[in-house]
Amino acid sequence: MIIYAIAFYLFAAVAVASGTMVVAARNPVHSVLFLILAFFNAAALFVLMGAEFLAMVLIIVYVGAVAVLFLFVVMMLDINFAELRQGFMRYLPVGALIGLVLLAELILIGGTWVFSPDAEIAISDKFYMSGEVTNAHALGLVLYTKYAYLFQTAGLVLLVAMIGAIVLTFRSRPGVRRQKISAQVGRRVEDSVELRKVKSREGV
Amino acid sequence: MYAFNVASLIPALPEIFMAISGMVLLMVGVFRGDRSTRAVSWAVVAVFIVTAFLISRVSGPGVLTFDGMFIADGFAVFMKQLALAGSALALIMSIGFNEREGIARFEFPILFLYATLGMMLMISANDLLALYVGLELQSLCLYVVAAYRRDDLRSSEAGLKYFVLGALSSGMLLYGMSMVYGFAGTTRFDTLFEVLSSSEVGVPVGVLVGLVFIAAGLAFKVSAVPFHMWTPDVYEGAPTPVTAFFAAAPKVAATALLVRVMIGPFGAMFDQWQQIIVFVSLASMALGAFAAINQSNIKRLMAYSSIGHIGYALVGLAAGDKAGVGGLLVYMTIYVAMGIGTFACILCMRRKGRMVENISDLSGLARTNPALALAFAIFMFSMAGIPPLAGFFGKFFVFKAAIQAGLYTLAIIGVLTSVVAAFYYLRIVKVMYFDEPAEALERPVGTTLTVVIGATALFTLLLVVNPGPLLSGAAVAAVSLFGG
Repeated sequence: MIIYAIAFYLFAAVAVASGTMVVAARNPVHSVLFLILAFFNAAALFVLMGAEFLAMVLIIVYVGAVAVLFLFVVMMLDINFAELRQGFMRYLPVGALIGLVLLAELILIGGTWVFSPDAEIAISDKFYMSGEVTNAHALGLVLYTKYAYLFQTAGLVLLVAMIGAIVLTFRSRPGVRRQKISAQVGRRVEDSVELRKVKSREGV
Repeated sequence: MYAFNVASLIPALPEIFMAISGMVLLMVGVFRGDRSTRAVSWAVVAVFIVTAFLISRVSGPGVLTFDGMFIADGFAVFMKQLALAGSALALIMSIGFNEREGIARFEFPILFLYATLGMMLMISANDLLALYVGLELQSLCLYVVAAYRRDDLRSSEAGLKYFVLGALSSGMLLYGMSMVYGFAGTTRFDTLFEVLSSSEVGVPVGVLVGLVFIAAGLAFKVSAVPFHMWTPDVYEGAPTPVTAFFAAAPKVAATALLVRVMIGPFGAMFDQWQQIIVFVSLASMALGAFAAINQSNIKRLMAYSSIGHIGYALVGLAAGDKAGVGGLLVYMTIYVAMGIGTFACILCMRRKGRMVENISDLSGLARTNPALALAFAIFMFSMAGIPPLAGFFGKFFVFKAAIQAGLYTLAIIGVLTSVVAAFYYLRIVKVMYFDEPAEALERPVGTTLTVVIGATALFTLLLVVNPGPLLSGAAVAAVSLFGG
């Protein structure tokens, strides 16, 4: 149990610290890298809670796609971040006030939270809590049966998104030389190599 | 733990057929290239027809499948066949247009197919989540086809504007759904109805807030005031056949969704949502009547006109009974026929190989192309609601339902705004018949357009002869929604 507590405080502290650094770092690339660190620590917290599937999804989706996208944007767009930061001190009081209000609201919600009796039964459900069924397995059990309709339709939405992206952006330009793998593979020695007898002191 | 049975998926057979045909046609297009566009387009039309046939075969009184997320009832049959008809006609109109404008690509009919599939799923939704994924499938296709003419600045603007505002409305919808789920504990429509109608202490405030947000999100999709701002710009910027499509099929699907959500899960909260629908309906009718007066672009005018028409259709929902919903269904059917016909006429407005879109370009059309002017005049008189054309019956049935439900103010204001709206419809007729002829429009207009205009004009003109099948069909569909 002590290891659990140590791990929790470690990951939580690093997550909060890297969150602060995302805002505070001067170099925007560093900000994005700290953001990735924050994601990793949040994923570790999920693992501690037994939600390993969520942890993996967080890393794959947020680190693998979203953060890399941010990185691309930061590197490709020529934004003067020093200019954007001007007036930081001027807006600090307002920002701090909003932060405090949010914190107060969170405390109020947390303080008055009441768990429904159903939730405790659901938590103590032997099937999902025995450890024999992993998160991914449990999700799959409902995703491909009860929610198969939504799953398939979501697949169609993605298909349409793909078609749409191609329709709106793909242009076939004339005069582009493309790689023809069949031609490359089908090439024989006779087509391209010619053996000639070269007499001495004469060129080909 | 979950018994799977292929036969249990039969109610969703038309949708499954559509999805698979779409993938097959996509492969055909990818391998045959853009020269297969015409073949793929007609194949998609054929898929629509087969789906419409399948729909009439598989559904019974409220069959559920996919663990209760999908419902195939009489209401769904009616609305789906209407949406399919609207999509098929808009697609037929687009074939010639895209070829002339040099933007014909095989993805276009495929996107129409998936948009229509999204509509089918919306109409058949029996769960808040199913509603949302169907809506997103449809909307995503619509954003792409709005920006389909990607080298045209206005088309790109239309697509982007539609996308950003559509995302906003989806956000509102999702927020509302999460509130409803949080307070009612379920997303299934039938269970929601039981939960909401059985609580003795009244409906929780959270559900009410959720209902308001869901209504706002759906009002966005049907472009009802005050969530209409995107409509004129998108209608003006999108390629004309796409605008025709927007005005017909998605409106049908979104209206069906609005009706199903309000009557179904929130049926017990009638008093609460009736106020919202009455306000939205009043505001839409008024804005549709007054804002269109000053328009010079015919597509913008049609955008405001469609906002007004949604207002009239919602009068039927505000009544909230079988007669009202039946009137709404009749109204939507007639509106689709008139709308498609009008846009087919607008597609004929070409001069020197380019589209012209100003109302002044129509001047003297009666002398340069009398047949087209006659068809256009029929649609305009019908939209204004002048008997004995079809548009009159649509208005008649919704107002009758409103009066029976005691909504006198709504009915009176509706009649007054339709008088105001008649001004701009009749102005077009006046421009065509009494103004000095401008340069003649290009001829011939093409066989498909002629057929579409002829068919919709005959429907509008001759509905008065035999309105029975439409009225009884709408009545049956409305009754099935109320579980009778």
